[in-house]
Amino acid sequence: MFQTLRLLAFALAFLVAPAWAALDPASVLPLADEDPDVRIEAIRKLTATQEPRVADILGALSNESLGLIDDGRRAVIVADGRMTDAVTGAALGAAPASFEPLMVNNRLRGEIDAALAALKLASPDAATRLAAARALQGSDNEGLLPIVQQAIDKETDPEVKGVLELSAASLALRNPDPALRAKAAADLARSNDPQVRQVLSALVGKGSDGTYAEPDERVRTAAQLSLAEINRRLFSTEIGLAAFTGLSLGSILLLAALGLAITYGLMGIINMAHGEFLMIGAYTTYLTQGVFRQYLPAAFDWYVVAALPAAFIVTAVIGMALERGVLRWLYGRPLETLLTTWGVSLLLIQACRSLFGAQNVEVENPAWLSGGIAISGGYVIPFNRIAIIVFALLVLAAVWLLINRTRTGLFVRGVTQNRAMASCTGVPTHRVDMLTFGLGSGVAGLGGVALSQIGNVGPDLGQAYIVDSFMVVVLGGVGQLAGTVIAAFGLGSIAKFLEPLSGAVLAKIMVLVFIILFIQKRPQGLFALKGRSAEA
Amino acid sequence: MTRLFTPKAWTAIFAVAAVLVVLLPTLHLALPESHPLHVSSFWITLLGKFMCYAVVALAMDLIWGYTGILSLGQGLFFALGGYAFGMYLMRQIGRDGVYKSDLPDFMVFLDWKELPWYWVGTDSFLWALVLVVAVPGLLALAFGFFAFRSRIKGVYFSIITQALTYAAMLAFFRNDMGFGGNNGFTDFKRILGMPITSPEMRTALFVLSGLYLLGALVVARWIVTSKMGRVLTAIRDQESRLMFLGYRTRSYKLVIWTIAAVMSGIAGALYVPQVGIINPGEMSPANSIEIAIWAAVGGRGTLVGPILGAFAVNGAKTWFTVAYPELWLYFLGLLFVLVTLFLPRGLAGLAATVRARLPGRPAAKDVQAPVAQEVVS
Repeated sequence: MFQTLRLLAFALAFLVAPAWAALDPASVLPLADEDPDVRIEAIRKLTATQEPRVADILGALSNESLGLIDDGRRAVIVADGRMTDAVTGAALGAAPASFEPLMVNNRLRGEIDAALAALKLASPDAATRLAAARALQGSDNEGLLPIVQQAIDKETDPEVKGVLELSAASLALRNPDPALRAKAAADLARSNDPQVRQVLSALVGKGSDGTYAEPDERVRTAAQLSLAEINRRLFSTEIGLAAFTGLSLGSILLLAALGLAITYGLMGIINMAHGEFLMIGAYTTYLTQGVFRQYLPAAFDWYVVAALPAAFIVTAVIGMALERGVLRWLYGRPLETLLTTWGVSLLLIQACRSLFGAQNVEVENPAWLSGGIAISGGYVIPFNRIAIIVFALLVLAAVWLLINRTRTGLFVRGVTQNRAMASCTGVPTHRVDMLTFGLGSGVAGLGGVALSQIGNVGPDLGQAYIVDSFMVVVLGGVGQLAGTVIAAFGLGSIAKFLEPLSGAVLAKIMVLVFIILFIQKRPQGLFALKGRSAEA
Repeated sequence: MTRLFTPKAWTAIFAVAAVLVVLLPTLHLALPESHPLHVSSFWITLLGKFMCYAVVALAMDLIWGYTGILSLGQGLFFALGGYAFGMYLMRQIGRDGVYKSDLPDFMVFLDWKELPWYWVGTDSFLWALVLVVAVPGLLALAFGFFAFRSRIKGVYFSIITQALTYAAMLAFFRNDMGFGGNNGFTDFKRILGMPITSPEMRTALFVLSGLYLLGALVVARWIVTSKMGRVLTAIRDQESRLMFLGYRTRSYKLVIWTIAAVMSGIAGALYVPQVGIINPGEMSPANSIEIAIWAAVGGRGTLVGPILGAFAVNGAKTWFTVAYPELWLYFLGLLFVLVTLFLPRGLAGLAATVRARLPGRPAAKDVQAPVAQEVVS
């Protein structure tokens, strides 16, 4: 009852408050209260006034530049050491040295964000309004409802309006009237937003004390029906989507690990600088893009295609130089190789920083790789992800053909299996070593081109992949392309299917722990080489 | 049976101990700051930090230089010891934090109402000491038990330990873990009720680190001159042959691996109050690999070598990051490449070679034979 009255009071306030009504200075002071509940109440009241100063005040509170002076009687905003009055916006001169801004915790910050979103609904920019409307769906501040209702009435953009109506419904779920709540729960059936599903599941679930979160039976039924409808509508889409993202992550892992499978699997060289070859490949793409923009703007869309051979050649040459200059002195000493190549990776990272700066550089998707196919539920399958899956399979096929169907490949396999015998029959083993390492590095360069299309390109790009790609090779088993492929796609899928259940970081940790446990069980990986080389 | 130390070495150890325990603290505390011989707090903290690093390098040497197991996760045990003691330091802040709450600030920030169960008892100094030893020790014991049982060795072991520390780093970055997430622990106020920034406390921590380093050196020397030490070296050089002779090599490996983890953990616990912060960055794979290079630069298979290596590399790092920050990674990278290519026995090996070439002096017997070449396929 009280809440309805409050709502009414808010509504009345909008009707009668003249446009020039200033904010009451006393309404700002509770923001400094010690009790977080009082502070939240103050935020909600301020938001409901919809005064133009409120956005500034809350923004200042959020970034911790709001504070009290005059023994807590006046709220001021401090920016660059200058104070302005929070309520009137008048400049007040330099801030005193003793000034201490108010601190906010995560709960308050969430509240402020929702309030700011509500205030942004009046923005003339449709994209801003859309983002604000989305942000509101997670809020539990029912006091924002009048603002949202107002916004719905004024809204002209159909997309924003749809989102707003759902936001209004999820806010209305906090209404004290069960009939309104039931209607709101039924309205939510139209939403495809994952947050809406969380809200609905919370409604039908029981709290820790065994009582239902939602006391009214009708509301629960309505929520249950809506939930079932949403789940039915989205089930196959989401399974398909998880499979697709798993495949996509798997193909990225494959591209990152394939070169490593060649250098480590076939040659037994631990190349900790492998990630940096990915980075060099990505930077070669960046340079190719620059060349095309400068000299061939007409063919700009095809710069990625030209970047492929360029990246392969650059990384292969650097790889061969590394093998001839450094690594061949360390054959038979894998731990030393590991440390040396780690040193090389540091050198390459720092060289990249010196040449291109420590910031990320911008690599643009060509037109035919931007955008994607929209599917139901507001999900989009991006073209660049599809292209990378296809590309990974093409690279895999090429490597497989090279190793299994060419004369060079025969030499590579021969040297792997029995170096002395291969040498006796006239195989130039040193040249084969160099070429194999060049091939592995070149494939990493190709991977770098692909990575440049989906993520940030910076000096640390390779570091992010080094642990993952070693895990793929270790799990797949040394010397086996098939093992690498299965490990890459398997790990990608597991990670993506775990993600919705546990969050991305936890999924990654679980995958790592799984690999560590798996290796205990099968130290040789999924596909072990039989015979003597298994004891490497 | 080799002697623990020659009389000359004992003299050197006691001389170093006297410098660390008496001379430097006196120069720091008793002399006014204007005095030319005054040792500033900067140097005390820096040397204290380096001595903690040196113990980790020594632990690394025990498992890598003597036993041939290259751990790329030693930083994890160091950080865990640091976190265990950091929990105690966080509790000692009491109500002096930004939020004036009994809970550590980051928990207030996350709107937590009470301490998670694993924080129970961390306000007790003794329990903190138990955790410092037990957490790294038990983790190493469990991990080592499974890894050595399934005969994971060589680079496989290295890569798996790297994955372990990487996974732990990701976990500690999460706020939900209850260890301060990204920011870790900092803003420590006191130990045992005494202010942590006072010159006396700084000196006490410095002296403790110094004594710990010397103690670790004596223990390490005792291990490598014992029968177990010989078995460990044999594991490094020819593990299969040793197994055929009937030694249960995995038990030896497990023991030394756990000892090394505990050594590193205690070093971490001494390190954190001196630098005043611990965060998940300490667990990054790069940090652990750097520990390996300390040992390699100093000389694997010798005990003094890694200690010198830790001082040399970190001294260079301190100098470079102030004078030429952009050149530091070049230097470190080159160090990795050049030391493995041209100085496989490190500075200690170089010194031995030089000494052997001097006319009229026999080659030093103290230095181990060239580091074993692992046999591949």
